Amino acid sequence: MAESSKDPRKIRRAQSDTTEAPWVRYTLITVALTFVLLFLVLPLAAVFTEALRKGFGAYVDGLREPDAWSAIRLTLIVAVIAVPLNLVFGVAAAWAIAKFEFPGKAILTTFVDLPFSVSPVVAGLMYVLVFGAQGWFGPWLQAHDIKVIFAVPGIVLATIFVTFPFIARELIPLMQAQGNDEEQAAIVLGATGWQTFWHVTLPNIKWGLLYGVILCNARAMGEFGAVSVVSGHIRGQTNTIPLHVEILYNEYQSVAAFAAASLLAILALVTLVIKSVVEWRNEKELAASADLPMEAPQAASPVFPGGVTRSTAA
Amino acid sequence: MSAVFPAGQGGGRAHKPAHTPAQEPAPQHTKKRAARRVLPGFRLTLSYTLLYLVLIVLVPLSALLFKTSTLTWDQFWLAVSGPRVMASYRLTFGASLFAALVNLVFGLLLAWVLVRYTFPGKKIIDALVDLPFALPTAVAGISLTALLAGNGWIGQYLEPMDIKLAFTPSGVVIALIFVGLPFVVRTVQPVLEDMEKELEEAASSLGADRWQTFRRVIFPTISPALLTGFAMAFARAIGEYGSVIFIAGNMPMISEITPLIIIGKLEQYDYAGATAVAVVMLVISFVLLLVINALQGWQRRRAGG
Repeated sequence: MAESSKDPRKIRRAQSDTTEAPWVRYTLITVALTFVLLFLVLPLAAVFTEALRKGFGAYVDGLREPDAWSAIRLTLIVAVIAVPLNLVFGVAAAWAIAKFEFPGKAILTTFVDLPFSVSPVVAGLMYVLVFGAQGWFGPWLQAHDIKVIFAVPGIVLATIFVTFPFIARELIPLMQAQGNDEEQAAIVLGATGWQTFWHVTLPNIKWGLLYGVILCNARAMGEFGAVSVVSGHIRGQTNTIPLHVEILYNEYQSVAAFAAASLLAILALVTLVIKSVVEWRNEKELAASADLPMEAPQAASPVFPGGVTRSTAA
Repeated sequence: MSAVFPAGQGGGRAHKPAHTPAQEPAPQHTKKRAARRVLPGFRLTLSYTLLYLVLIVLVPLSALLFKTSTLTWDQFWLAVSGPRVMASYRLTFGASLFAALVNLVFGLLLAWVLVRYTFPGKKIIDALVDLPFALPTAVAGISLTALLAGNGWIGQYLEPMDIKLAFTPSGVVIALIFVGLPFVVRTVQPVLEDMEKELEEAASSLGADRWQTFRRVIFPTISPALLTGFAMAFARAIGEYGSVIFIAGNMPMISEITPLIIIGKLEQYDYAGATAVAVVMLVISFVLLLVINALQGWQRRRAGG
């Protein structure tokens, strides 16, 4: 290895065996970048240019009308309720599924995934059939003067449904890869279950958890189909930002519609930035733990079993 | 792995002070259980998971199935097979399939370029791939429509050529390409990253050219991931609503997707009809979910073996 790598011609020969000719490389890169430009960059840029088409004043005016404010408020309320509930569920489900073996685990995992594959419109309809005037609890709710459908609780429920798997999905593979060894050690050393989770498990999963939370939040704030079915579109009352965007757009108030949309686009950009930072931190931590003295994974040396556990968590 | 005191000891996280100094090690009688379940919280977390799952997912799901069971077979069949509904299936499935195929090709290309080559701005492009996950569908819908409409950035060049994308079935395909874009990239990317270079070196030293190596060595390795991503993009596209309704034009029989049929029936208070169509979509989602699970199992076995 050391000898052959001194000969530059041999290096080039070895590289050309496992990569493509320059013209192929550049063509592929160009085609891929054009695709990204057309399908990702332009739509994103269009949101902001359309919002600012009539200047910054019109943009701010679009955001300052009371209906826009109430939409922003409702969106925040929905996210503040839905995300923590799914966070608790995600952690509990990941603990049960990743740390233990039990019959029916595969079925449970499939059910946790289910909301991902259900069309948002169908999800909304399901809640109408449970809580709507014609639904299972409709008459009872009406008798007690509780509104769920065409009101805020319905919007919250529909949002919880569509964002249900996000955090669990992120945590289950992560916790499975990390195994139980560290937690078992903590328990054997006398930590309580809660302490074990807080001081052993949580530090290991924190980046994945954060990533799941921000994705869940982005979807919760941006959900359209399911919320559209259960909201009833009452202006200033049951419109979230995406529904507000729709109404304005259909009324040909393009600038105001794109102004509201730009808030969601900024949210999306912030989400992507946090996600990149999380990934970057995660890689750094894994690299750092792989570099620990005596724990370098020298071909899975059986002498240091602990070190292998940590580095295979990647 | 079988060490009694595994990584936690050397990993730098055991320096935290012990919070229960007085607690004795596990006494004898718990040992039998401890052999299988050392960790606590199984019952608590599993029952909470099941409770939450039942309340949020299974009760609404059974409401849908129960509502369907109140229909006779003829009523059901009438609701799910009307000409307008049939046209919507054709559009939804056709456009979803087409969009997923486009994503299969370009997703593989994008994953390949991101893993194998270096170019300026690569990290930004990599982050941007997740945009369709993060950008609300309604925003994507109005933005794509603004781009493709007659006076839009792209539309203005297409109009003189008599190409109309907005408010046609082609617009539906474009919106679905957008929402499904990250799936193939994100399933193929890690597999490409983990691939051993030695295989390719071996192929080339045995005389294979680059294209043969790709077809015979690389492609078989990534094909389970590729198919998984394709199925995910397809499943996502079938249920998609928000981005499509703005760009589709929503003309009955021509550019009306199936989720919109459900909304239309709901707006006419035809709950039974809406439910029947929803069940058809739900069954298709279930089947796709099982297919995706099977594909992922195949992928894991491929990676493990």
